[in-house]
Amino acid sequence: MNLTLKIWRQKSRKDKGGFVEYKVSEISGHMSFLEMMDVLNEELIAKNEEPVVFDHDCREGICGSCSMFINGEAHGPDRGVTTCQLHMRKFKDGDKITIEPFRAKAFPVIKDLMVDRSSFDRIQQAGGYISVNTSGRPTDANSILIPKEDADLAMDAATCIGCGACVATCKNSSAMLFVGAKVSQYALLPQGKVEEKERVRNMVAQMDLEGFGACTNTGACEVECPKGISLDNIARMNRGFIGSWLLGE
Amino acid sequence: MSVLKSNVPEGPIKDKWTNHKNHIDLVNPANKRNIDIIVVGTGLAGGSAAATLAELGYNVKAFCYQDSPRRAHSIAAQGGINAAKNYQGDGDSVYRLFYDTVKGGDYRSREANVYRLAEVSSNIIDQCVAQGVPFAREYGGVLDNRSFGGVLVSRTFYAKGQTGQQLLLGAYSAMNRQISRGKIKMYNRHEMLDVVKIDGKARGIIARDLTTGKIERHSAHAVVIASGGYGNVYYLSTNAMGSNVTAGWKIHKKGAFFANPCFTQIHPTCIPRSGDYQSKLTLMSESLRNDGRIWVPANLEDAKAIREGKLKPTALTEEQRDYFLERRYPAFGNLVPRDVASRAAKERCDAGYGVNATGEAVYLDFKAAIKRYGTEQALIHGNHNPTDQEMTELGEKVIEEKYGNLFQMYEKIVDENPYKTPMMIYPATHYTMGGVWVDYNLMTTIPGCYCIGEANFSDHGANRLGASALMQGLADGYFVLPYTIGDYLSHDIRTGEIPTDSAEFIEAEKQVREKLEFFVNNEGKHSVDYYHKRLGKIMWDKCGMSRNEKGLKEAIQEIKELRADFWKNVIVPGKVEDMNPELEKAGRVADFLELGELFAKDALERNESCGGHFREESVVMDGEQVGEALRNDKEYAYVSAWEYKGEPSDAVLHKEELEFKDIELKQRSYK
Amino acid sequence: MSNFFSSSIGRKVTMSLSAIFLMTFLILHVTVNFTSVFSEDLYNSLSHFMGTNLLVQFILQPILIFGVVFHFVMGFILESKNRSSRGVNYAQYEGKNNSSWMSRNMVYSGLVILAFLAIHFIDFWLPELNTKYIQGDMSGMHDGAFRYYDELSHKFQPLWRVIGYCVSFILLSLHLFHGFSSSLQSLGIAASRKKLLKTIGQVYAIIIPLGFIIVAIYHYAIH
Repeated sequence: MNLTLKIWRQKSRKDKGGFVEYKVSEISGHMSFLEMMDVLNEELIAKNEEPVVFDHDCREGICGSCSMFINGEAHGPDRGVTTCQLHMRKFKDGDKITIEPFRAKAFPVIKDLMVDRSSFDRIQQAGGYISVNTSGRPTDANSILIPKEDADLAMDAATCIGCGACVATCKNSSAMLFVGAKVSQYALLPQGKVEEKERVRNMVAQMDLEGFGACTNTGACEVECPKGISLDNIARMNRGFIGSWLLGE
Repeated sequence: MSVLKSNVPEGPIKDKWTNHKNHIDLVNPANKRNIDIIVVGTGLAGGSAAATLAELGYNVKAFCYQDSPRRAHSIAAQGGINAAKNYQGDGDSVYRLFYDTVKGGDYRSREANVYRLAEVSSNIIDQCVAQGVPFAREYGGVLDNRSFGGVLVSRTFYAKGQTGQQLLLGAYSAMNRQISRGKIKMYNRHEMLDVVKIDGKARGIIARDLTTGKIERHSAHAVVIASGGYGNVYYLSTNAMGSNVTAGWKIHKKGAFFANPCFTQIHPTCIPRSGDYQSKLTLMSESLRNDGRIWVPANLEDAKAIREGKLKPTALTEEQRDYFLERRYPAFGNLVPRDVASRAAKERCDAGYGVNATGEAVYLDFKAAIKRYGTEQALIHGNHNPTDQEMTELGEKVIEEKYGNLFQMYEKIVDENPYKTPMMIYPATHYTMGGVWVDYNLMTTIPGCYCIGEANFSDHGANRLGASALMQGLADGYFVLPYTIGDYLSHDIRTGEIPTDSAEFIEAEKQVREKLEFFVNNEGKHSVDYYHKRLGKIMWDKCGMSRNEKGLKEAIQEIKELRADFWKNVIVPGKVEDMNPELEKAGRVADFLELGELFAKDALERNESCGGHFREESVVMDGEQVGEALRNDKEYAYVSAWEYKGEPSDAVLHKEELEFKDIELKQRSYK
Repeated sequence: MSNFFSSSIGRKVTMSLSAIFLMTFLILHVTVNFTSVFSEDLYNSLSHFMGTNLLVQFILQPILIFGVVFHFVMGFILESKNRSSRGVNYAQYEGKNNSSWMSRNMVYSGLVILAFLAIHFIDFWLPELNTKYIQGDMSGMHDGAFRYYDELSHKFQPLWRVIGYCVSFILLSLHLFHGFSSSLQSLGIAASRKKLLKTIGQVYAIIIPLGFIIVAIYHYAIH
């Protein structure tokens, strides 16, 4: 198929940036979206032009690097996939595809479609861990019994790949699905309960500091999340946060 | 006498590690504060090492090329992690894990290292559970296990199909704790481009900030390389697009020996290639082989009809199918080790029985498992006379619970429903057992330079068993390196901070800069990917699942020519001092072009079939095992450690003879 | 606690608590209004009670006004902060593919309700204040009878007013459709996941505005 691509190009963080249109031809439906971008980039390189810069790494939907906003949706029109798993069979010959970076004040553009998501790292550094020394000798793994349901829910929350689609999608650029998932994973496990109150407060405080918006429960994040992280995690975080103030100190 | 000193401690194998730990020097906590350690790579090995070293009190500087340590490619490991816990009571033990790993590696690994790995394996599980890794559990609340290819016990712990992700996030969380305390200084989007040696010791690195393009000098008292494997030398592999050999190759060029480069693992269960534009291959967890049966059509005409789309696989009767693994290896069936399964699939496809349009695919069929689980579930639900449809529905539910995310991924990529029609799979490069040579302490031949995880050669011999990579990465990072590095650093407590304005740093930076500038100034005509793809094709065709002398010699020549062409005609747009992914790729491919040749040279030198390295000249000529790989312990029971001397063709071979005192060398048989 | 109220979740919680308070008030308001459909006397006596009871007038009414003002002000503060969190806007944004119109446009349905409230205050509340506290007529009588019912039915004579009234309540309905479950979600109750709560929310979002609309149409129609 032949396609017109309307791609956001921006030289640097400070550059204003703007859209540039490109045409690509003979795109197979079996290609992934990024493979289609590779085709475009090879053509640009052949003309000694700078290729379009975008984050990508594992190309199997698990590293969370890729981050394109395609035709008005994070990771494009398909559900339950990252951009690297989006296949061109979801588009038709002659389509015009708009490709933008994930946009949020807390995700400044580095170049073209590549954004800086280190705010996510800083949120996790604020408390996304259990304070246990790796060099210590913990007790036997099976001395902590965890109900299967809790372990499964924790696993569901932990599946988050930190891609930022939730933020990009949310009309408020809120990171609550991401933070909610991380808070939930630990809140659901006995190992994480110990520091639960402090963790949720610190992570929420850092999230606010980074400049993410507040949740208005539109549910868009859950729909666009490539890993289907549930809104329940936000509710759980809210509960934990309220509880930390009502019951803490 | 070899120049290689493995430094394996004396004594019985089961006491070696304990004795060693008891006798090595330690650094006192006050002095650790004055010691800096650089860790390159933040996957399972690097991440766990950085966290643990920081906890111990060292100042750690961690580097990763990704935008966050959490994205290192360990994250993509699906199946699980082995540990000799024997929770299932099925006869597992440290010895059995050790034995399985050495045997699975076809007796080309260092016995003492493997024993230590098995010994610390159960600590890993304790550690990960303590830090909140949500492993799968049974209804009683205890940890669940599954069995994995090539072994007879269930010792694999898992977190759905995302075990690597969960373990990495565990290590990442441990890192975060130390980053927030200022004990780890994290350098995201940084790539190490050289190691700096002062007085023969590793004292720092030259790194490029990938965001700004700035070249930086970083000093430390020791450098740890944990940069993963070099599977991308094949261009197409299950590795991430950015996975590279650069860190390992740079230290190789500065004096670290590179061991067994030809030992690569071709994983049997990947989604087949669909066209030339393909940029990477996607792995389907090996755990699928627990329930899936692998087959091709028994008749050539059927295979042809399927390739042409005239026949559906579901239309073939049992008699028209060839379950070739079950036929050839009745004892292990579909669970034979990866190398055996991969070669068997290639053999069938080469013989014309391959199934998708490219002819390079075999079926992985879940119909029998669905039926088996369906019957079982029907009985559990009190239905003693289930209809076929009820049974299928119940069975599919079980399969969905076990492999739902994998099935979904398959459907997204291939656009076929694997519950209804068998999956197609084909082998793909997945893991490299070879890597930088290290001694028992995980130190390379450069003093103060360590190498851990997939980047080193140590524990998997010629073939890695499923669910062992995660085990090794975390063992090295959490439990081995933090002890052994102290032995070296105890001599460095009075050194003080290493300045970065010495002649050595200046010279190293200059060389790095010159090379980068060459790329952006070169007026070439072919992109980096053009060369990478061509290198990949040579490697796959001539250094792939099956190798012979003629092909290897051709490969050496072709790679040499390709490399010369690369340095003449490669084109890299953009600037050095800017975000420039093409420039990053150029540097990586330049290193692959050298490694590829050494790889072929090593494969040529090793005229035996062992593990993932199959030499057509070395097969069993008669008897029950005819045509199977033939190992040659008399001549090749050694590690090939290559010393850099300029061109790859000039590399000098050093042999570390392998001794097996606690295990009897046997020809592997999975029949 | 100041940290709590300055945090994003804390603000959401206050938003949701004020919402729940207002939703409770709406039940009361629609119940009283609806009595006018079947009993003029009951409506009159209830209105008189509400209009003259000291507790209602001097305690509950100020709380209600505070609740209304707070809900609006906080709503606008959050909305403006949320909007500024984007930085650069998307050229193409397909919110319709992943969320409901109601949920994305609470500020607009809220603004219409605010405009309605202004008219509502001018129509009912200001004259009421004038009569009671400026002119000092606390009797509630006009020409020898309670004035409340007549005033009500008088207001619904012009068609334009009835239509405006209905449109406002349709928007209130949309606001409530999202607002009900959203307020619970903010408090940590995943209401959209619990079938019973979800149904209650939907029924509430229909019944309450419908009640107001029926009252308006009824009075328009019987004259």
